[in-house]
Parts: sequence; C-alpha cells; structure tokens
Amino acid sequence: MNEWLDPLLLSRWQFGLTTIYHFLFVPLTIGLVTTVAIFQTAWYRTNKAHYLQLTHFFGKIFLINFAMGVVTGIVQEFQFGMNWSDYSRFVGDVFGAPLAFEGITAFFLEATFIGLWIFGWDKLPKRLHLATIWLTAVGSIASAYFIIAANAFMQNPVAYRINEEKGRAELTSIGELLTNPIALSAFPHTIFACFMVSAGLIISVAAWHLARNQNLETMRPALKFGLWMMVIAGALTTLMGDQLSLAMVEAQPMKMAAAEAMYHTATGANASFSIFTLGTPDGVSELFSIRIPYLLSFLSTHTFDGTVEGINNLQEQYVQLYGPGDYAPIIWVTYWSFRWMIGLGIAHIMVAVAGLWFTRKGRRPQAWMWKIAIWSFPMSLLAMSVGWVFTEMGRQPWLVFGLLKTADGVSPNVSGLEILISLIAFTLLYGALAVVEFRLILKAVQKGPDPATVPDPVSGEIKHTTTVY
Amino acid sequence: MELNTLWFWIIAVMFIGYFVLDGFDFGVGMSLPFLGKDDTDRRVLINTIGPVWDLNETWVIVAGASLFAAFPEWYATMFSGFYLALLLILLALIARGVSFEYRHQRPELKWKKSFDTMIVVGSAVPALLWGVAFGNVVRGVPLDADFNYIGSFFDLLNPYALLAGLTTLLLFFTHGVIFVSAKTEGEIRVRARALAIKSGLVTIVVAASFLVWTTLAYGTFASGILAAVAAVALIAAYLMNLAGRERTAFGLMAVTIGFAVLTLFASLFPDVMPASNNVANSLTIENASSTPYTLQVMSWTALIAAPVILGYQGWTYWVFRKRIGRTHIEAAAH
Repeated sequence: MNEWLDPLLLSRWQFGLTTIYHFLFVPLTIGLVTTVAIFQTAWYRTNKAHYLQLTHFFGKIFLINFAMGVVTGIVQEFQFGMNWSDYSRFVGDVFGAPLAFEGITAFFLEATFIGLWIFGWDKLPKRLHLATIWLTAVGSIASAYFIIAANAFMQNPVAYRINEEKGRAELTSIGELLTNPIALSAFPHTIFACFMVSAGLIISVAAWHLARNQNLETMRPALKFGLWMMVIAGALTTLMGDQLSLAMVEAQPMKMAAAEAMYHTATGANASFSIFTLGTPDGVSELFSIRIPYLLSFLSTHTFDGTVEGINNLQEQYVQLYGPGDYAPIIWVTYWSFRWMIGLGIAHIMVAVAGLWFTRKGRRPQAWMWKIAIWSFPMSLLAMSVGWVFTEMGRQPWLVFGLLKTADGVSPNVSGLEILISLIAFTLLYGALAVVEFRLILKAVQKGPDPATVPDPVSGEIKHTTTVY
Repeated sequence: MELNTLWFWIIAVMFIGYFVLDGFDFGVGMSLPFLGKDDTDRRVLINTIGPVWDLNETWVIVAGASLFAAFPEWYATMFSGFYLALLLILLALIARGVSFEYRHQRPELKWKKSFDTMIVVGSAVPALLWGVAFGNVVRGVPLDADFNYIGSFFDLLNPYALLAGLTTLLLFFTHGVIFVSAKTEGEIRVRARALAIKSGLVTIVVAASFLVWTTLAYGTFASGILAAVAAVALIAAYLMNLAGRERTAFGLMAVTIGFAVLTLFASLFPDVMPASNNVANSLTIENASSTPYTLQVMSWTALIAAPVILGYQGWTYWVFRKRIGRTHIEAAAH
C-alpha cells in the first residue's frame, strides 16, 4: 500500500489536529464562563454598571467561542469508534464509563443552562438567572474532570484487570479509576491553566483598549481583575504542574526522561535541567546547553540527591518487560514542548506581575508595555496547547501505557483513503471556521463594551434586551 | 432483567430522546426555505429552537458515550463501519451548530444567507443519514469474525436503508414544521400548519411503507405492535394538525418517533448488530456488552441522574413556552 495512505499515520494526524483544535476553544470556555459568572455576581452584589457591561461584553466573546467547543467536541467522541475501534474494543469497559458520566452529569448541565442564561435575561428572576451561569460553569468544569480521568487511564492504567479470553481491559473499581493520581494532579493543573487562558484574554483585551485610552471605566477594573487572576491561577498551575510531574515520574518515567532528553540515569547535581540545548541534527550528541544543576532531581523527586532514570536505561527495562521495540517517544517533540509550556507559562505570569507593579495605585504604564501585554492571550493559549502535545506525545508509543500500543488501536477496516478524505475535510472546515471565528472575536473585542444600561427612572429596573439569534 | 438487556433499552431511550428533540431542530432547520420569506421570518424560525438546540444535540453525545460504555463492541463496529456516513453527519452538525451562533453576528444579508444554507444542509444531512445508519443496523451488515464491517460505503445505500433515511428525513421535517406552528404566532404559524398538512401526507405514506417493510422482513410480533402504534400516532398527529390542535399534534409526532425507534430496537433484540453474511459473526447484547460491574455502576448513575436531568430540561422548556413572532424579533435591539 502507498505509504501516504497509512491508516495509522493518518488517524494519528487527524486525532492530533482535531484535538488540538478542539482544545483551543475548551480552555477559553471553561475559563471565561467562570469569569463571566464572577462579573455577573459582582454586578448582582454591588449593582455597579460596569460589572454588567463586562458581563455582557465577555459573555458575547464567550458565546462566539462556546459553539465551536461544542460542535468540535462531538468529533472527539465519535473518533474513538471511527478511527480507533480496536482501542475502543480494548478499553470500552473502563474508558467508556467516565465518558458516559461526563455526558450524563456535565454536558447536559452545561448545554441546558447556557441556553437559559443566553435567552433568560428577561425571563428569569435576577438571582435564578445568576445561578444559570454558575451551573454552566460547574458543568464545564465537571466535564473536564471526567475526560481527564479517562485520559489518566491511558497515561497510568489503574482499576482494571485484563480478560485474556475477550482480549480487553475490564473495570474493577470506579472509585479507583476516578482517583487516579495522574487525574488528581492533571485536573487542577489543567483547570488553573484554563483560568490563565481566560485571564490572558482579559489582559489582552483590556491592554488593547487602554493603550488607546478608551473604555476606561470598564477596562481599568477588567485589567486589574485579569492581572490578579493570572498571577493567582499561574501560581496554582505551577504548583499543580509540580505535583503532576511527581506523579508522572512514578507512572511514566520515560516521559520525564524524554522531557529532558536525558539518555543516561543521573543522580543529584548531574540530574540537571537544561534551559536550552543545541545538539547535532541527529540528536545524539550535544553541542551547547545552559543547565541548572540539581533542578531535574528536585522536579522529579523533590530531593536534591534523587536519581532520575535515563532513556537508554528505561529502554532496556522495557524491552525486558514488553519485548523488543522502541519505547521512547520522539525526543525533540517532548523536549521542546515541555520547555515551551514552562517558558511561555512563566513569561506571561511575569508579564502579569510586572503589570500589577506598573499599574499600582492608578499609575499609567508606558506605551510599549501595552504592546507586550497584548500578547498574554496568545501566549497562554500556546502554552496550553504545547502542554497537551507534551502529555500525549510523551505517552507514545503507547496508547494505553504498558497495555496497548498506538499501532494496535487503530481501526483495521477503515482504509487510508477514507481517513485521508476525512482529514482533508476536517482541515478545510476547521481552517475556514478558524478564520471566521478569529475575525468575529476580533470585531467584538475592538467594538468594546456597550454603553451602560440606564435603569428605568420610575421602577429602577434595568431592562435587558433578550439575546436573539 | 439482566443488566445488558436493561442497557439495550436505555440506549433505545437515549436515541428516542435525541431523535424526538434534535429531530424537530432538524425539521426547523430544513423548513427555512419553505417558511422563511424574509430575514425576520427566518430569525423567528431559528429563535423557536434558539434556547434548546444545544441541549437537544447533547442527547447524541450522551447516547454515543453510553453506547461506548455499555456496548463497546457495538460502538466500535458501528462507528468504524459507517465511517464516511458519520463523517458527513459530523461535518453537517458542525456547520449547523456554528451557523446558529454566527449568522446574527453581522448585518449583511449575504453573510446571513450563507449561514442559512449551512443550517438547511446541516439539518437535512443528519436527518437523512441517521435513518440510513439505523436502517443498516436493523437489516444487518457483513461482519468478519472480529466483528469488523467488511462492506463498502456504497453497500450502505441499499433500498431498505435509503427508505429508512427518507422516513427519518420526512418525519423530522413534519415534526419540525408542526413544532413551528405550535411555537409561533401570526402568519408564519398559519403557513407552518398548511405546510405540515402537505408534508404530513407524504410522511404517512413513506413512514407506513417503511414500518410495513421492517415488520415483514425483520420484525417480530412485538415489534409489529410497536410499529402499529407508531403508524396510528402519526395519523392522529396529522388529524390533530388538520383540526388546528398544534400542540397535541406535536406531542403525537413525538410519540410516533418514539415508537418508530422502539420498533427498530425490538426488531434487533437480542442482536445489536446482526451480521448479514454469517450469523456466527453477529453482535448481540451478550457478546457486545461491558461487564456486569461496569453496567451496574452506570445503572446507578443513570438512576440518580435521570430525574434531575428530566427535571431541569423540562423546566427549560417551560421557561421558554411562550409563542414568538415577528414583533419579538423587531422589538429586540440588535
């Protein structure tokens, strides 16, 4: 068969493409719905007009984004069966349950209450209407928990036994599945990173308006909120990322070795963390690097004299355990995605810290500072994406670590041509929608918040215009 | 009752939920060229389903995930086997969903019209292809000993499955148009009722032929009774619409769709995906299901969640129970 039409390769590209794309919208949905709920709560409590303006303004951006998250999400669920049917047969008994829970408990909640929020401004009492946005937020965050618990099974299989006769993994304890140590760290790490994405958006938008000296009454408080949110969520994301790397070293030592491109086991000072490495093109030897001694030991074990296993040593162990094969992921992908995630993360947290300093007590930063702040949003989104690229590429060659290889999970009966057709179709449609989405969000952002709604002089009531399609 | 039997019927109920609810969304979407004379009309139509289309669509996500969890082999065989058909459904659902959200973002008529086209196509394609897919499940498809589908895309386009597709297309169309007449006021309500009278006749003929074919070729005594109930409900819906009782007609359409789905599932049982080439390769509720433990966990979850979900979804429909018309659209600042 023509090697271009390799179903495995094409299915992997399609899953990677559609997942990265889907996860551009989801973090913003999770982060923004919570932010909008906070703004609306602030308005409910204080009755200050600018909170309502911010609620509507960021609510509009949220909605443009939300639809994309929903429709691209269906693709994700269908793809397991369509492209990875042998995987589905193998894990369905274990992996299907959290997916079903996600639908039953989280997606229904989110999808129902978002409709009530959008169309319910003039139909529901103020307090009840506020509850609808919070329930939407709860639904979106709960969905993240279940899907991360499902993903954690692929990284670190727990709560299963293998049924040899049926050739599948079977669930032994739902409680153990949902408290997988990887899930317990990956979930808060991801959720706080979602808040960073939302904070990044708020900072970028506020900086754009404030640089033009417009919409000051809404954008000044928005900026302050965004900066604090970024610093707090950034600190928590870092803390949870640290927890996650400890759990990861336990479950997938190869991933940590690949993150550092460390071929030989090292202890203490030798377990150093390289910030930058220039290697020969074949990746075998190193020409130049900047290294921090002890740091990798500390990250992996929380001690300065810990031992971190190297790729070659692990490879030998795995050959003994699982038979001949290459058990290392693509090293340059894991090495650089890990660094870009951390580097971008730290960079935009620093931007936010600097922002708080330069805007303290109503000071006005210099013009060039706005130009940097505007990059907060793209930085946070990119950090999120490369973080997941690291997690998933670092799992290779396994689909379920130690149990099923990626090559063994693909649908045996779907032809390369069919997958090529779907890959092209998704690429074209997703590409076109990305352009439309980006322009619409940009237009909404540049237009700025609508003027404050003036309460009716007689009743003191604020008349909301019902959002209509 | 064994848990895998229970889950077979829960899956049926989830697809009933999906087809009854998103079914009228598809119908409303397809009705745009027939009922929407100008942009305001089309906005009235879209706003009838505005607050609920997302929750309706979520039923298919939940049904799909439950199928994965309860019958992994069925899910894997059906989704990989119907690859291109499901791809078309996915592309259509994406196009439809974003169009609801995007069409009102800009005032230009050209912008709106292109999204209207996407809504019409994005509604018609799944309405047709879900029927084709389930028609093939009932009819049986060639499977190998590992339960993998070994036919081609074009094998799926056989007369029985195409009639199934035409049946769902027409049922959803009429269901949606009757929903419009029950949810709007003014001239559009009158036009919708008149359209449902016309489309209803065609729907009755096509759906009745499909139900008869299903009963004779694949049915049992029980499925025949269910098919008869579906047919009677459809005729009753037609008569109620003729009599101007739109909401009753809408309820009866929901009953029709529900019993039509039950007919298909009753014809299947205890198979879930019969193999047309070799009975030994058929997937059944026994060899396709998850372990009793997983099904037990899922049963408890479903048992606790179901009343809550039905409660808040029902409440949502109650909040948005009022009829809407052109005045609502014109009054709303944009």
